[in-house]
Amino acid sequence: MNLKKAKEDAIHFIFLILGLIAVGSVLVITVYLVISGLPAIREIGLTEFLFGQRWASTAAQPEYGILPFILTSIYGTAGAIIIGVPIGFFAAVYLAKMAPKKVCAFMQLCIGVLAGIPSVVYGLVGMLILVPGIMRIFDVPDGASLLAAIVVLAVMILPSVINVSLTSLQSVPMEYEEASLALGATSTETYFKVTVPAAKSGIFTAIVLGIGRAIGEAMAVMMVAGNVANMPSLFQSVRFLTTAVASEMSYSSGLQRQALFSIALVLFFFIMLINATLLVIKKRSQSV
Amino acid sequence: MIQQLSTSRKIWGACMKALCYISIAIVTVLTLFMLLYVFYKGLPEVTWELISTSPSYLRHTIGILPDIMNTIYVVIATLVMVLPIGVGAAIYLTEYAKNRKVVELIEFAAETLSGIPSIIYGLVGMLVFCQFMGLQTSLLAGSMTLVIMNLPTILRTTQEALKTVPQSYREGAFALGAGKWRVIRTVVLPGCINGIVTGCILAVGRILGESAALLFTTGFAHNLNGFIEGLQSSGATLTVALYVYAKEQGEFEVAYAIAAILMILTIIINIATTYMGKLMERRNGQ
Repeated sequence: MNLKKAKEDAIHFIFLILGLIAVGSVLVITVYLVISGLPAIREIGLTEFLFGQRWASTAAQPEYGILPFILTSIYGTAGAIIIGVPIGFFAAVYLAKMAPKKVCAFMQLCIGVLAGIPSVVYGLVGMLILVPGIMRIFDVPDGASLLAAIVVLAVMILPSVINVSLTSLQSVPMEYEEASLALGATSTETYFKVTVPAAKSGIFTAIVLGIGRAIGEAMAVMMVAGNVANMPSLFQSVRFLTTAVASEMSYSSGLQRQALFSIALVLFFFIMLINATLLVIKKRSQSV
Repeated sequence: MIQQLSTSRKIWGACMKALCYISIAIVTVLTLFMLLYVFYKGLPEVTWELISTSPSYLRHTIGILPDIMNTIYVVIATLVMVLPIGVGAAIYLTEYAKNRKVVELIEFAAETLSGIPSIIYGLVGMLVFCQFMGLQTSLLAGSMTLVIMNLPTILRTTQEALKTVPQSYREGAFALGAGKWRVIRTVVLPGCINGIVTGCILAVGRILGESAALLFTTGFAHNLNGFIEGLQSSGATLTVALYVYAKEQGEFEVAYAIAAILMILTIIINIATTYMGKLMERRNGQ
């Protein structure tokens, strides 16, 4: 009997360990990023690092200011949200409320495919269609620009924006809509003035998730944004926080390499901020 | 009953409806464009020679067989490692855990993991697995990075599936005198196998599409190796190969060919997840 209990306890313990691996991974990632990211910040100086406007890591007199990357990441993400969220939102309202069943099933397949396309494929198509297209339409010398990155990011966040909004729209109780219809509102008015406000927290979650996805995307952006460390401007070649890390990692050394880890730390900080926001939304919607 | 709506209400309603139709049209056109364009450009380039040979500098030919094999190795290695961890963690959360705090901690960790961008996984993977653990840039190091990345996926899908196993099954088994482990092994796990399979399919999809996390952990060699040897050496997966061919070597034909292959895999995985979802719904409905 005792032996059996010991065995059960041992199995319990094994499962506990397996469960704690996720916690351990988060800790390891955080600790490693902080440890490898701090030395360069200390050496360069926090304000100089965060607010320096010039990044010239390979120059004779290297300068490590990452303000261009931070601003590019913020502008790029904001642009993607401004384009992607309205499209995703209206598409979700259509799918949740107006679409016939067959259309809904077909679109769900479409969105699934859109979500599953690897980011390098988006990058490839962006690089060979979008970049030359921007060059021709806007008559600029090089189409690899912030604008190209914004468009690609907007497309990439669409599936998650649609899916999350859709789920929250579908979970709004029928009674709300019925009450609104009974009071004489048209069906469209009901969808936008009753259902959408009721699904507010879910739609907000969708936006925040979109921000997270856009700010963390590296490969597709790397292929279309041109990768020059300029201050952000719509038609100029720019570098994001993610691409700054990715593009110099393979040949970096010394302080330059440490500075790349510091950039990753800054990116990680942004992501944690987004995660915290998501948590707050979730807590608030549960308490209501 | 004739409703008289004011003009402004009519216009507002029509505008909103129009915006909905325009948005859904944009999404549809985008998807179809991506699919058709990549197939149009890529499928003609997918030749038997391309997918069955290694690149040769002597003959100036490019073959992607090593990249295909590397992708398969990475998928297998990652699944073998992530399945026990993810399923085990889910079992702990739903079957064993009594302490609310521990459950919240693990769920919070999983959520945090799923929010971390792949480039950060790649960086930490490089520091921890390649350098600290001395694995060098190898498929094994890449797989271990992907294990952490896919852990939340497997954990969540398994957890959802475990919740659908009726409590009465467990109680029945306990009443017959079975121990906890035995109940889990013989009653709970078989009941949630669909959820685990769905998790696996989702994870495979994510592994196939991943590139940023693998760039610094698996490297980009194109050598044809066996499984064990392959895990220990550096090698490009299909996505990394696509990136290298497109961005660094300007071989757009090969890049499109790889893109077309990846698209086909994406569609297959999508259909498989939809099918598994329907299967689970049907079973839960019973």
